[in-house]
Amino acid sequence: MLCDEDGLKITGDDVAGGEKGFTLSLLRNIFVHLQLPLLIDKTTIADEISKIGTKTSLIGRRCNARKLEMEIWRLPISASQRGKLISAGYTSLSSLSSLSPSDLARELKVSETEAMDILKAASHSRGAETSNASCSILEGAQSAWDMLHDEESLMHITTSSADLDNILGGGIHCKEVTEIGGVPGIGKTQLGMQIAVNVQIPHDFGGLGAKAIYIDTEGSFMVERAFQIAEACIEDMSEYNRFLRKDFQECKINMKPEDILENIFYFRICSYTEQIALINYLDKFISEHKDVKVVVVDSVTFHFRQDFDDMALRTRVLSGMALKLMNLAKKFSLAVVLLNQATIKHTEGSFQLALALGDSWSHTCTNRIVLYWNGNERYAYIDKSPSLRSASAAYSVTARGIRNSSSSCKRIKMM
Amino acid sequence: MANKLISEVPLPKSIANVFAARNISTAKEALSLTEFELMELLDVGLTEVRSALSQISEIVAPPYQTALSLMEQRGQNEHLRGHFPTGLKGLDAALSGGIPFGVLTELVGPAGIGKTQLCLKLSLLASLPTNFGGLDGRVIYIDVESKFSSRRLLEIGLRSFPEIFQMKAMAQEMAGRILVLRPTSLSEFTQSLEQIKVSLLQNQVKMLVIDSMAALVSGEHEQGNCRQQTLSWHISFIKSLAEFSRIPVVVTNQVRSHNHDDASRYSFQVQRRDGTLEIPIRYDSHLIAALGIHWAHAVTTRLVLEAKSGQRFIKVAKSPISPPLAFPFHITSSGISLLSDDGMELMGPEINAIHCQGHNEISNFGMEGLQ
Repeated sequence: MLCDEDGLKITGDDVAGGEKGFTLSLLRNIFVHLQLPLLIDKTTIADEISKIGTKTSLIGRRCNARKLEMEIWRLPISASQRGKLISAGYTSLSSLSSLSPSDLARELKVSETEAMDILKAASHSRGAETSNASCSILEGAQSAWDMLHDEESLMHITTSSADLDNILGGGIHCKEVTEIGGVPGIGKTQLGMQIAVNVQIPHDFGGLGAKAIYIDTEGSFMVERAFQIAEACIEDMSEYNRFLRKDFQECKINMKPEDILENIFYFRICSYTEQIALINYLDKFISEHKDVKVVVVDSVTFHFRQDFDDMALRTRVLSGMALKLMNLAKKFSLAVVLLNQATIKHTEGSFQLALALGDSWSHTCTNRIVLYWNGNERYAYIDKSPSLRSASAAYSVTARGIRNSSSSCKRIKMM
Repeated sequence: MANKLISEVPLPKSIANVFAARNISTAKEALSLTEFELMELLDVGLTEVRSALSQISEIVAPPYQTALSLMEQRGQNEHLRGHFPTGLKGLDAALSGGIPFGVLTELVGPAGIGKTQLCLKLSLLASLPTNFGGLDGRVIYIDVESKFSSRRLLEIGLRSFPEIFQMKAMAQEMAGRILVLRPTSLSEFTQSLEQIKVSLLQNQVKMLVIDSMAALVSGEHEQGNCRQQTLSWHISFIKSLAEFSRIPVVVTNQVRSHNHDDASRYSFQVQRRDGTLEIPIRYDSHLIAALGIHWAHAVTTRLVLEAKSGQRFIKVAKSPISPPLAFPFHITSSGISLLSDDGMELMGPEINAIHCQGHNEISNFGMEGLQ
């Protein structure tokens, strides 16, 4: 554990837990900017570190505060700029507030534009800070009441199985990341395709009338099957039309299965690099195609199970990806559906099925649905959700797509 | 696309130089790092890193297609709309035309059930001219278990397509199109796969058969962990082979006996924790596929061949298109054929069970010289 008098600590966990930027910049300050010789013997390093503690705390005292050190670290600026700031004695945000860019440029020996960027970054984070302190209504925050209102007005994407929709609280939620996992052949890809079709049900029929992005990492998207599902979906809609809207002639369906297929944007991914790149790029793609309301990734696992040796790297890359997907879901209020594979996990001496990608991944999704066999029926089980009861419901995969289980007189089992 | 050079991305000069100076030359390297790591490494600000990353991403990300254009394209460019008919009518109907192009189709079953017979028949069919329902191209047959029999192949040919195989020249040409590889070790297999990748497109290869995948992997590595890793590479390689050459790939898998704590019996932890799932149903089968769950995720279509109370069945156990159907079949001198074209629909996980009852009686019956 490294620490200084100000109570700033870095423990082995921080290093192992990926606080790499933090650790690196501390070490850089110790060894580079404070011009200390790099020592090898353990005891001497400890000595030196305790000495630095007094040195930095001297600077710190002059600038009056122990957390101010931290303020500079939090700025989104490069390490060398940060180093220059610290060595010039600027450690707090307030010390930067009264400076003009040209002064700063002269003092740090950097270009004026660079100085301007630093000041911009500083004033930006100071802005966040002051509003925080003043406890007035926060910028970017939303009250729980408003959120409730928003949630109620949000649309859901139906899964075409009423039982499944029921336990999901109406269907797949927009603005949320939903993970669906299960054993091979249980119907993950089928559900993915069904959702990509169902998102296109027009508003008149209680749908979203939107488009879908389908990201295929495994090559399992079958266009013939999507066509079948689309056909069945249109048939169902005309059926509905005939029964309930006899008098409304204008609600006639002029959709064709071809139209539905045309509104599915299909990306084929062949390596994890492409997967990361595509998810970075989606932000731009969706801003150009605003009517996309669902992103299906089938499967999120595949490439990450093949090519990775460095598990720590995998965790970092995956969590970065999950964060971006979550942002997409919020920003464009669309649903993100991730399909995941099941794997065998060894716990406490017995083998059990679990979804792939490990424990840290399981925290990243808002909702998690596990598909499994129960006797002769396929069941979906809500494994994790902040707002739904854990429940399970039977469904079946028919020639027309996902439907209610045929013997669903037992219906839903609440737990 | 993943190994795209950063120097080919139209980045601002200064940033491009920084990437070059830090030895990050490919998009793969850049995208494997988090934004913060890049900031540290390149010593530039967050905004620059973000804009550089988004530019790299835009170039690396593959272009999209609408599902409609995908379907039209396949309909136009591909013979038979992307499905290779097996000649077994009921099965073809269930699979909407036959074995799909571009993905893996797996045959699982106990020894002697007819996996190799089906493989022989399929490779023969693929070599035939298109007016006989074939693909009119070469077939690469990777015969790991040394079970390929050219005599049997010609016998099937002669019985089912006498008009072709009675002419010696034609028979020679058809049989000449089937190239058999016999790798003896995993490393040799890996090598031949890499060679195949190059020759697939040049040589009009229209189908790849691997008989069997399990023999290689289970022969060399006893430990499960090691097996998983070597298999991973092969899975993604074979899948990409299938994908890019758009040919049907047929792979066989062996079975092994079922120990007590094994695959299809596992239940999800979640259910066990809150005790809602009672004791998992016991299947009367004692056989499971030799390659585990990781492999099972990778195959798109799984056909199970089994014997139940003296009758052989072929079952569509996993398919994105077909409902779970079972067809009775038998093996005659003209190869494998279905007894009935109407499949029985099976409910539940029964479709995945592999039975081997009364199999010995049938294998003694009418199968002289087949094995």
